[in-house]
Amino acid sequence: MPVKTFKIDGQDVSGREDETVLDIARENNVFLPTLCNIEGLKPVGACRLCMVEVKGSNKLLPACVTKVEEGMEVTTNSERLQKYRRMILEMLFVEGNHVCSVCVANGHCELQWLAEKLGVDHTRLNYMFPKKEIDVSHYRYAIDHNRCVLCTRCVRVCGEIEGAHTWDVSGRGINAKVVTDLNTPWALSETCTECGKCIQVCPTGALFKKSRAVGEMTKDDHFLPYLKTMREVDNAE
Amino acid sequence: MVRPIEVAPPSDDKRWRIVNATMRRYGYKPQALIETLHAVQESFGFLDDESLSFVARRLNVPMSKAYGVATFYHFFSLKPPAKHNCVVCLGTACYIKGSDQMVKALSEAHDIEEGEITPDGEFALLSAHCVGACGLAPVAVVDGEIVSGLTPENIVKIVGERVSDGS
Amino acid sequence: MDREEFEQIGQKRREADAAVEYHINVCTSSGCVASGSAAVKESLEAEVKARDLKHKCRVNGVGCLGLCGSGPILSIQPEDALYQKVKPQDSAEIVDHLGQGPVERIELKQDNAFFQQQQRVVLANAGKLDPEDIESAMAHGAYRALYKVTTEEMYPTDVVREITQSGLRGRGGAGYPTGLKWATVAKMDEGLKYIVCNGDEGDPGAFMDRSIMESDPHRILEGMAIAAYAVGASEGYIYIRAEYGLGIQRLKKAIRQAEKMGCLGKNIFDSPFSFSVQLRLGAGAFVCGEETALIASIEGQRGNPRPRPPYPAMSGLWGHSTLINNVETFANIAPIILNGSEWFSSMGTEKSAGTKVFALSGKVNRVGLIEVPMGISLREIIEEIGGGIPDGHAFKAVQTGGPSGGCIPEEHLDTPVDYESLRALGSIMGSGGMVVMDDTSSMVSVARYFMEFCMDESCGKCIPCRVGTAQMYELLTRFVNKEATEADLTLLEELCEMVSQTSLCGLGQSAPNPVMSTLRYFREEYLERITPAHEPA
Repeated sequence: MPVKTFKIDGQDVSGREDETVLDIARENNVFLPTLCNIEGLKPVGACRLCMVEVKGSNKLLPACVTKVEEGMEVTTNSERLQKYRRMILEMLFVEGNHVCSVCVANGHCELQWLAEKLGVDHTRLNYMFPKKEIDVSHYRYAIDHNRCVLCTRCVRVCGEIEGAHTWDVSGRGINAKVVTDLNTPWALSETCTECGKCIQVCPTGALFKKSRAVGEMTKDDHFLPYLKTMREVDNAE
Repeated sequence: MVRPIEVAPPSDDKRWRIVNATMRRYGYKPQALIETLHAVQESFGFLDDESLSFVARRLNVPMSKAYGVATFYHFFSLKPPAKHNCVVCLGTACYIKGSDQMVKALSEAHDIEEGEITPDGEFALLSAHCVGACGLAPVAVVDGEIVSGLTPENIVKIVGERVSDGS
Repeated sequence: MDREEFEQIGQKRREADAAVEYHINVCTSSGCVASGSAAVKESLEAEVKARDLKHKCRVNGVGCLGLCGSGPILSIQPEDALYQKVKPQDSAEIVDHLGQGPVERIELKQDNAFFQQQQRVVLANAGKLDPEDIESAMAHGAYRALYKVTTEEMYPTDVVREITQSGLRGRGGAGYPTGLKWATVAKMDEGLKYIVCNGDEGDPGAFMDRSIMESDPHRILEGMAIAAYAVGASEGYIYIRAEYGLGIQRLKKAIRQAEKMGCLGKNIFDSPFSFSVQLRLGAGAFVCGEETALIASIEGQRGNPRPRPPYPAMSGLWGHSTLINNVETFANIAPIILNGSEWFSSMGTEKSAGTKVFALSGKVNRVGLIEVPMGISLREIIEEIGGGIPDGHAFKAVQTGGPSGGCIPEEHLDTPVDYESLRALGSIMGSGGMVVMDDTSSMVSVARYFMEFCMDESCGKCIPCRVGTAQMYELLTRFVNKEATEADLTLLEELCEMVSQTSLCGLGQSAPNPVMSTLRYFREEYLERITPAHEPA
């Protein structure tokens, strides 16, 4: 497979033709914030946090789905990009009802971590205070839609890896929401295998195991990189 | 190769034959989902859990996906339709000519918000982003018929006549 | 089928038509149907029957005659008289006057700019032929271009070259060169390829494509078939809004008739080339006009756009190379093939060749569908063709490009209508909606109106569009209610920039356009609505 050489923030790097800018950035310890992306699941380019500037292109490009190209010059952390990224995180905070102090994922939350890392300490946007549901019908798991950022990791892990496709997105726009089956209470879902992968990939405290108190919901998604490797092996054969 | 799954319709209602015929025409492939939902809505007036579940199983589409598609497209309704409905066009041309005032007048006259059905199920007030009759703006679609030359006063009257005649 | 047989079909029909002395052509497109043209047609038919004039006079249903605001409209041939706002009770008088000059009371005079300044290419046959009858279409030259290319007078590469040289650009909005798109798909490896016609006209204030589909459906099918021949595709889809009932019905009928006639289907005109077309109904989602969302929708999924590349030309429907053009683009193909690329590029401007169909509506005297050469000024369209602003009001702005476009003020009315000029003004050509606003329209309300539209139509996949449109809508509502602060204005401008820069698809990227263009030209209307009392201390 052809290898391309190019620059990330002035640093010379190289990547295989089928790799993305995000892959190579990570390989070279260049930090790029991501939320919808998770190793092992198909990238969707939806959260827009990993947008980068590429010299010669007047559009910003999402690093997670942009394939490397010979000679491209990537900038990952301009002032403009930082501003946009902070605004994206602010949008997520005002869109839902995120109260870290009472959240099961407090201290283990990717949204919280990113906000600290990127310096989001307040917002000028208007809090929307939506009325959202909590489904605690299931005996082991629960979903609190107030904390959902619609990254669709749960939808993808359930469809792509577990093969159950219990989750999907319903509605659209600001009213979009993840649902189980026909918006059926989770406990009554006919397709859920109770594998718990959705819980592990959820970046926030939206999906959690019951009987976890504040800050106790740690995530364990170590199985995903392994599955990614297996898929690559399968594809190569 | 996926084995075709035999799924019986929810009832022996004859309308299921139309739905089945649509699915058969597309070889029961998942891609027939939207066309089939059109057929269900045309036959039954709306989509409920029973019909969604049947269509999803028959086409081998995950149920959550069928629900996701049904709620993504505004043409599909998951609630039974009202006896009469009025879709006020809020396209640019109609809006410039004051169609938002028509929505307000109807909303006040029937004491429902846009997108709602009166509690007796008689009347639904809906809006659309352009029905493509900009030449006649402002327009509304009353029980499927495009009506033009409207004012907030006469639309209330036109709708009122339909709803009160009990037909 | 040899050329003589082919020409015979149209010729026979022309002779049959000529044998009847008078034709009364009643518009049966949606606009006129809504004003009652069906009853007018019935009453005329009854009148002709009652007087036993069957051999002398025929009543035909035809496509759109243009002036939708004055419907129902009908034309009398060969006199070429037009009648407007016709009622069923006018029938007797109309039949009485055949051959004696028009009925002046309802005559629609054609000596004005609306009729004189138009140049009809796409709509050349709209209002002349019966859209439900393929023979009538063939009598007006339908499928002649397809016959020309498939019976080996032109190789596929010749067709692509001809389209490239014509300078035709996509009529759906962005103005991508059509020839380049065709060439890309043509160059893809052989195998399954698809042609998709985008008839998901969702812009509020636009009804051009609807009218073309209702008035001359065979022209679209012919354009698609020529495209299929040029790029090596064998299947096509027309994606049409489910709301367009009449268009759906006519396209279905047209496909059936064309297959029967051998103009579509297996071995077209007995050549080795095969091409079939299916309809797919949209279901009320504006975002499906975006090509990757449209593809997802045809595949039976939620209409979520996905990042490009890969472009549909490389990986489209079910992963196969797919050519997507809009209705009006396909409608331009047959005339280019018949008359040559030079003829086409001689119309319009250097960079924007040909004509463009606009749906002229809003606060303007003559409302309807017009087709004009590119490069005509906005002033000519609004003041001359549109006849100016009614009720003594003054012109304020014209909105082009729908929710992705902008509002253009008086001082720029002399700008020529072409892709680049409109973009420079902060608007876009868009699919062709042109809504005129007068001094009673509030630009802040208009901006909020479009933002509400984008918020409702956002698919919700990417954060900037999903949350950003809702935030901007909230801010604009404050301006409408005169509750805004200086800080709100700053935030609104920052959001506009951020959403346009970071959104995933065209809907989000262009959603701030109506706000940005009104801020650019009508900033004082925003400033007027800032309440100093609400300023933070």
